[in-house]
Amino acid sequence: MAERLIEVKDLKVQFATEDGLVKAVDSVSFELARGQVLGIVGESGSGKSVTAMTLLGLTRDTNTRFEGEVLYKGRDVLKMNEGELQDVRGNEMSMIFQDPMTSLNPVYTIGAQISEAIQIHERADKHVAKQRSVELLKQVGIPNAESRVDNYPHEFSGGMRQRAMIAMALACNPDVLIADEPTTALDVTIQAQIIELIDRLKDEFNSAVILITHDLGVVADVADEIVVMYAGRVVERADTRKLFYDPQHPYTWGLLGSIPRLDGPKQERLHSIKGTPPSLINAPAGCKFRPRCPHAFDKCMEEPRLENRVEEPGHLDRCWLTVDQKRSLRVPTLAGTEEAA
Amino acid sequence: MSGRGNGSEPLLEVNHVKKYFPIRKGLLQREVGRVHAVDDVTFAVRAGETIGLVGESGCGKSTLGRTIVRLLEPTEGSVIFEGRDISKLRTRSLRPLRRDMQMIFQDPYASLNPRKRVGSIIGTPLKIHGYDKSKRRQRVQELLETVGLSPEHYNRFPHEFSGGQRQRIGVARALALNPKLVVADEPVSALDVSIQSQMLNLLDDLQKELSLTYIFIAHDLGVVRHVSDRIAVMYLGKLVEVSPAEDLYQRPIMPYTEALLSAVPIPDPDLAHKRERIVLQGDVPSPINPPSGCRFHPRCRYMTDICKEVEPPLVDYGRGHLAACHHPLNVDRETLEQVRVSKSQTPGSADEAARPQEPGKVEAKPIPRSG
Amino acid sequence: MLAFLIRRLIGAFLVLVAVSFITYLIFVKIPGGDPAPRIAGRLATDQNIADIRQKLHLNDPFYSQYWAMMQSLFSGTLKSYSSQLNVVTEIKRGIPATLSLTIGAGIIWLGFGILVGVISAVTAGRLSDRVITVLALIGISMPVFWLGLIARYLFAQGHPFSVFPDGEYVPLTTNPWQWFVHLLMPWTVLAVLFIGFYGRVLRSNILDTINEDFVRTARAKGLAPRRVLVKHVLRNSLIPIVTLFGLDFAAVIGGSAILTETVFNLRGVGQYAADSVQSLDLPPIMGVTIYATFFIVLFSVVVDLLYAWLDPRIRPT
Repeated sequence: MAERLIEVKDLKVQFATEDGLVKAVDSVSFELARGQVLGIVGESGSGKSVTAMTLLGLTRDTNTRFEGEVLYKGRDVLKMNEGELQDVRGNEMSMIFQDPMTSLNPVYTIGAQISEAIQIHERADKHVAKQRSVELLKQVGIPNAESRVDNYPHEFSGGMRQRAMIAMALACNPDVLIADEPTTALDVTIQAQIIELIDRLKDEFNSAVILITHDLGVVADVADEIVVMYAGRVVERADTRKLFYDPQHPYTWGLLGSIPRLDGPKQERLHSIKGTPPSLINAPAGCKFRPRCPHAFDKCMEEPRLENRVEEPGHLDRCWLTVDQKRSLRVPTLAGTEEAA
Repeated sequence: MSGRGNGSEPLLEVNHVKKYFPIRKGLLQREVGRVHAVDDVTFAVRAGETIGLVGESGCGKSTLGRTIVRLLEPTEGSVIFEGRDISKLRTRSLRPLRRDMQMIFQDPYASLNPRKRVGSIIGTPLKIHGYDKSKRRQRVQELLETVGLSPEHYNRFPHEFSGGQRQRIGVARALALNPKLVVADEPVSALDVSIQSQMLNLLDDLQKELSLTYIFIAHDLGVVRHVSDRIAVMYLGKLVEVSPAEDLYQRPIMPYTEALLSAVPIPDPDLAHKRERIVLQGDVPSPINPPSGCRFHPRCRYMTDICKEVEPPLVDYGRGHLAACHHPLNVDRETLEQVRVSKSQTPGSADEAARPQEPGKVEAKPIPRSG
Repeated sequence: MLAFLIRRLIGAFLVLVAVSFITYLIFVKIPGGDPAPRIAGRLATDQNIADIRQKLHLNDPFYSQYWAMMQSLFSGTLKSYSSQLNVVTEIKRGIPATLSLTIGAGIIWLGFGILVGVISAVTAGRLSDRVITVLALIGISMPVFWLGLIARYLFAQGHPFSVFPDGEYVPLTTNPWQWFVHLLMPWTVLAVLFIGFYGRVLRSNILDTINEDFVRTARAKGLAPRRVLVKHVLRNSLIPIVTLFGLDFAAVIGGSAILTETVFNLRGVGQYAADSVQSLDLPPIMGVTIYATFFIVLFSVVVDLLYAWLDPRIRPT
């Protein structure tokens, strides 16, 4: 069993705002082992980005409250002081963000920004750091790396910028790479390139990857395990194949059914989940998905626990329906023949 | 989306439209180059139909969309709407046209004025075109309901809505004057997956209810499949393949289309593993100096010498499926003998004598069907 | 690059011509602007006045008068109507004072403005921010002449402290220490307004920049907060301040610190301009206008170049 790098136990992140207490992350647990790719899937408001940023302590603020544990190699990130966090960030755990145009500082060259991480964490001198930057740019597939290292972010195309960000994140050989919606702002063809790159680099750098996205198609090919989040909670967690072929939560069915597929006859109507995600301040009682779930019944007024209900251990879900019920109820949703909202 | 074309006259004709943007440098700001955003595009749209216009960023699809609704004036060529050439019309003459042609924009956060209330945003087109006040409010509330929002939202501001809801507001605004043609510029790209499907279903319903004709611009072939009757694939300002929707997915002819299809993620791990992913290397080249011959040749895995030298014409492979390629995929010998170069749709610069040679060397891997 | 400079130079020239011409037109058309009676004096006869008019070409069409005045200005022979003093000489005489005032005040207001802006942004919402905001607003709202007079009263005329000399300018070459001491009050009074303003602008820029994605990336890279603030936040939020400073500085050198100079009787270019406007004395007005416009145009080119250097997105490719 590979070394467990990250263990998130019952994490809660709450923001105190004028309108009330926003429970952005409400009891989330998962693990990440070396060499593993974990996909965290959820839509806006699911808490996936807040979870990711909390792993690096980036959500700390006077208005934020934390509960639970976030263990990185046994040390609790939530309890680290600023200095310890700085040692971890960019060095042992790195993060890349959604929009590469705004995520890079426009007034410094790409090379300078990559070198900065190397100089700070490895105390390298300028020239050594620059050499490394060129090497890294080559590794992520940027042509003419020697000259492009002195270009500014606005001189790169969207796909190249994202590659440069990945290079910057990998500069200090981190154990964990967290990619927060790395392809959402990119064209489908560039998206394919970036996913392929992440897949390759995972092997070359022996890093573990947390890939956050709202698109299940993106993780189908690269993730080993997937966590589905909704309204700040984990609603399903399983090995990738199990999630796609034996999904246990109605929200997962909804997500799968909403994707227009190329591998099959054209659907008459796309499945869509009716309604909108709930408020994180005044969440509905019981199961958070209940208002939008076509299969809700009376027991759903009581919050389901995240448990293993299927034969396969390690496949957890948060739904009271029996496994048999789930397997029959989900058929029309997944096939897109269900009467949609 | 089933669209029936009524009548023989197309609703919209785009004839050899070019849109170039000048690049100026130097003391006298002379034009030193041009961005060939749209470089000789021809197609026609029948009433009630949906054309999907697909391509990567920078291929000119948005520019083409804006040129069609006359947010931009074409550099050359003509746009003919309901038999009338609208390419060179001035603003005043264009105004009545705006009732018939509308646009939905991509970014629901940027395309709504944050200082105006929703009622005002949707109502402004009505005001401009002379509806009086009492009728306006009623119509706006009608529209809000049509797009699935509550009429009580009349007085709210955009920031009080989610992305999907804002996009609905944009749709309501576009529909205010009962247009005949709606150009939707990547209307779902910025939305979450489950909201995307809501929006696509909504657009589908609206088309049937209001007899709309859509030009649906997108970069994702998966999304476009669901809504389109026909699909046009653009690359660096040119049309490289035009086809009835299903045919494109079953037998893509141009290698670029093949690659685009291959890039669409499949939410099925085994299939995703099995299929051969064609990952195009590099970025789309600059539209300032497009490559010679077939513009796709630097990234094409079937490329040969002729591809570098001669621009292929658009060839009609039967049943309305056109493609511009020297080594077409999924085409058998028989069809190859019978093809004709499409005179009207072939770009002016394409060498009409450049007939497609032989079926592609490597047979395209079709998308595996789920068992 | 060369093309850019040439275009700007041509533009600059056109601006100078336009500004001087419009100024000329204004003062020629103002009632009471006719200099002949004033020059002739109180006991003049109509014939005297007519003679003076003849001598000064005041009966010529206004454009040829304009041309004549420009010629004499640039050849250094232009004389004031009222004092008969050579305009260019007088301007030159006032430059050291104005320059000393501007450079000193500029350093103070830029330095403190940045300091104040950074502190109030970094402690946004807390007490120090609120205190600074109030002080800044007071600083912006206080009229310079009022502040100057109060300062003189309190600190130079003995009520309660007579720490500073009461105005007047001492050239640097004569006595450096006295030069310094005499300028302290004018510097401070002039700077107060700008410090308040720059502080507010910088505060707002910093608060915007702090929320930018690239600052989040910088933190995620493990950079220390100070480094993030200086190298990433400030480096971006100071850019607009540079533009502001360039133009304000140019304006002040050009004599726009009229009130400060007058209140402290520094006899710089600004005061010369103020006196000339009061007496509607056209030649010095024209002289100072050209002088001021020149600086503003020069600095605006400098600022553009500087901006392009600081922000690579703006560089002409």
